[in-house]
Amino acid sequence: MTDTTREITLTVNGTERTFDIEPQTLLVHALRDELGYTGSKVGCESSLCGACTIHVDGRAVKSCTLLAVRYDGAEITTVEGLADGEDLHPLQQAFQEEHGLQCGYCTPGMMLTALSLLEDNPDPTRSEIRDALKGNVCRCTGYHNIVDAVERAGELMAAGEPELSGAD
Amino acid sequence: MSEQESVTDRVFGSSVERREDRSILTGVAEYTDEKLPDAAHVAILRSQYAHATLESVDVDQAENRDDVVAVFTGADVEESGIPNDIPTAWSLPGLVTPQYRIIATDKVRHTGDAIAAVVAEDRYAAHNALGDIDVTYDRLDAVTEPDEAVDSDVTVHEEAPDNVAFDFTIGDADAVSEAFSAADHVTSVDLEQPRIIPNAVEPRAAAADYDPDSDDLTVWMTSQNPHLHRMLMSTATLGHPEHKLRIVAPEVGGGFGSKIYHYPDEAITAWCAKQLGRAVTWQATRREGYITDCHGRDHVTEAQLAVDTDGSIRGLRVETHAGLGAHLSQFATATPSYLYATILSSEYDIPAIHCRVIGAFTNTTPVDAYRGAGRAEGIYVTERIVDAAASELGMDPAEIRRTNLISPDEFPFETSVAMVYDSGEYETAMDRALELVEYDELRDRQRELRDDDRYLGIGIANFVESAGLSPSKAAGELGAAAGGWEAGVVRFHPSGTVTVACGTADQGQGHRTTFAQVAAEELGVPLEDVDVVEGDTDAVPQGMGTYGSRSGPVGGGAIATSARKVVEKAKRIAAHSLEASVDDVEFDDGEFSVVGAPDRSVTIQEVALEAYLGHDIPGDAEPGLEATSYYDPENFTFPFGTHVAVVEVDPETGEVDLQTYVAVDDCGEQINPMIVEGQVHGGIAQGVGAALYEGAVYDDTGTLVTGSMNEYALPRAHQLPDYETDSTVTPSPHNPIGVKGVGESATIAAAPAVVNAVVDALEPFDVDHLDMPLSNERVWRAIDAATEGDS
Ligand code: FES
Ligand code: FES
Repeated sequence: MTDTTREITLTVNGTERTFDIEPQTLLVHALRDELGYTGSKVGCESSLCGACTIHVDGRAVKSCTLLAVRYDGAEITTVEGLADGEDLHPLQQAFQEEHGLQCGYCTPGMMLTALSLLEDNPDPTRSEIRDALKGNVCRCTGYHNIVDAVERAGELMAAGEPELSGAD
Repeated sequence: MSEQESVTDRVFGSSVERREDRSILTGVAEYTDEKLPDAAHVAILRSQYAHATLESVDVDQAENRDDVVAVFTGADVEESGIPNDIPTAWSLPGLVTPQYRIIATDKVRHTGDAIAAVVAEDRYAAHNALGDIDVTYDRLDAVTEPDEAVDSDVTVHEEAPDNVAFDFTIGDADAVSEAFSAADHVTSVDLEQPRIIPNAVEPRAAAADYDPDSDDLTVWMTSQNPHLHRMLMSTATLGHPEHKLRIVAPEVGGGFGSKIYHYPDEAITAWCAKQLGRAVTWQATRREGYITDCHGRDHVTEAQLAVDTDGSIRGLRVETHAGLGAHLSQFATATPSYLYATILSSEYDIPAIHCRVIGAFTNTTPVDAYRGAGRAEGIYVTERIVDAAASELGMDPAEIRRTNLISPDEFPFETSVAMVYDSGEYETAMDRALELVEYDELRDRQRELRDDDRYLGIGIANFVESAGLSPSKAAGELGAAAGGWEAGVVRFHPSGTVTVACGTADQGQGHRTTFAQVAAEELGVPLEDVDVVEGDTDAVPQGMGTYGSRSGPVGGGAIATSARKVVEKAKRIAAHSLEASVDDVEFDDGEFSVVGAPDRSVTIQEVALEAYLGHDIPGDAEPGLEATSYYDPENFTFPFGTHVAVVEVDPETGEVDLQTYVAVDDCGEQINPMIVEGQVHGGIAQGVGAALYEGAVYDDTGTLVTGSMNEYALPRAHQLPDYETDSTVTPSPHNPIGVKGVGESATIAAAPAVVNAVVDALEPFDVDHLDMPLSNERVWRAIDAATEGDS
């Protein structure tokens, strides 16, 4: 600990966590290294790949270029907060069914970006899905099955599958 | 039960969901950076210049920081007395092999060369301390292009004054000369295949833990081949005893070739752990990855095709300068030589081929195999020049291809570049692709649209891929320093469940699912009773790893071979307990029964228990029920297919709109069609990326201009279409399960399909070739140059 260390509180997937942090620490590293939420990945550290996408106060953001100290008090959802106990979130279920992931490194970020889209637009067209995902790089799938998965998740969510549980 | 039903009932061949997915989807899957959360962090200082003599490296200030544990230089590594020389794994006649140290000592040869390593308490401290290292450089001129390197005053390695690492030829030059004199027409194309930066989304990483008391060194790392990494670290860089070294590839976030190689970084990380006696971890930043992950391609080629007016190809002559970068990576020599020149026949009967490849050192990131490796570059040459010939002869590109296809009755087919193709129904796959894309209608539409100044282009690419790499003996004769086999273990437990181990290593392909399918099918046990272990040198006896589309054919072959050995042994035990002769016992769907007396039967699980009890087994049998195989393939396997791309080019902006993409692939038997299709999709995206967006660029000083995802354009969701895929199935006769492999096929086909489509669209502008990437600017300039005279 140094004299620049600050104490902050984050509510991550519904659990309040208070901890000390250096002012230069990025939000993604605070989550991964300090709190152990390693589901959010780091692929570029420059807001270009989307692997670190999380929800902050209900909005999808790339957490690799945000300073953690500025988010004192924020509500955060990471991929670990998507499932409801053993029940997968419709997005998780759809990614599995549609083979929307291969190596899976982009997948947490993809799903959190897609969740924002589906919250705003529950029945997007394929091209709306593609546009919404343009900040998230996937090098494995060629995107086709990811688009299928987001479409399918939209259907599942509309059919009243369990809502996102982690953040409430 | 109809035959149809019995086929779909098989677990081999069905699209079962992946068992890998749940832990990834819930965020609990562990990648390398998550393995040692309390470890100290390593950061590596890279060279500021692409080419320079190191005058001094002063680390005092960095070392004095409170949060820094230690700082090491190349001299420290050298003094430790380790072998410190990353080798190439494939020798060629006359090959020059300069030493490749894990940290540079006297000279740096590209901007990714390591100069020092910092170990600090956390990742920020490690990176911050890099700025406190004071390096004095004596800067040298740099050379970056392979064709320029061979005539340059710049010398990358003193051992190769002309920068030539090798000069490779294959084929019959005289036969080619005769073919060219006899042919009606000669088509020439000069082309470049730019560097591709692989961009696995997970950056390379390593985490090492060392126990000085036992001398056990464990390294978790982003590896496509843990056993190769172990062997190389043991024998070539660290000198740590192989039996005291454990390499684990946990979840790995994509590779595409880039995680095959032994890089300095994991050796540095492991060496630091040993020096300090504490756990350390390292992960590349994306920028660091761009200058250190081996790039792909980098070819400058002149090609000529000798062809008759009816489209019959008589000969092909190719000369290529291949960039190798600043150091020889493991397959840097094999990729542009044997993996490239031997596929130039594509799907065609070409009576004479000659190819020369000059491999050149440059002050750039090392170049090695990237998805499609060598085969992609070779097929690109042939499929481009066949299109160019069609255009010059006024033939339809589909027709010239059809004229030269190898027909099904010609297999095994020996090409004029030393390959023996296994099997194929090339025309069936091509017809299917043309039918799916509605080729004839598209040609009509193309004509109509041109009347409205709209430019549609249709691009066809046929391909053959040599997959699986080769049998060990053949590879050895050609210079390989490694075998071509794969190890597979099938082990029954006494309770009847099964563990399978394989020496391949997954980076997203879903091996734990597909290998379980192979074993469950062979053994007749439920899929959920089979567990698959991979990626850990302590859990798998030996292995060659995952690359060259080899996991399905060679890894799958090893598992099937072991499973069959297990069934053989189980059959003897079953015969013993059924009191029948072995010849009278048949095995079907997990059950042994006596021919003609089906009620006298025993399940393979019951046999497994008996095998481990050992109470009542044949006198000459050992207890236990498991088998290990080192499956060495008879030959490569040869996936093939036809891809068709349809584009519209906007003549005002040069923008290429990829509208339709049809892929018909034949990868032999499919273990899991869903996974096969996923591999094809991903492969297409990488090929389209190369064709339209990617391509690394260096400036004259050797600085990578496309040094981040900002400058290097990766294809994104909104830039790619939905893909239409289909397949034909021609089982490989060389393979126990008929599998040919699919990892690289689509990448090989997609780049020439898209480039052919764009060039086809630009036919009215007399454009006969454009080099990748076909950026708006490049396409617009070509149109502009053609129309300048008209305005
Ligand atoms: S790691 Fe944040 S966008 Fe890439
Ligand atoms: S699944 Fe590997 S990057 Fe998307």
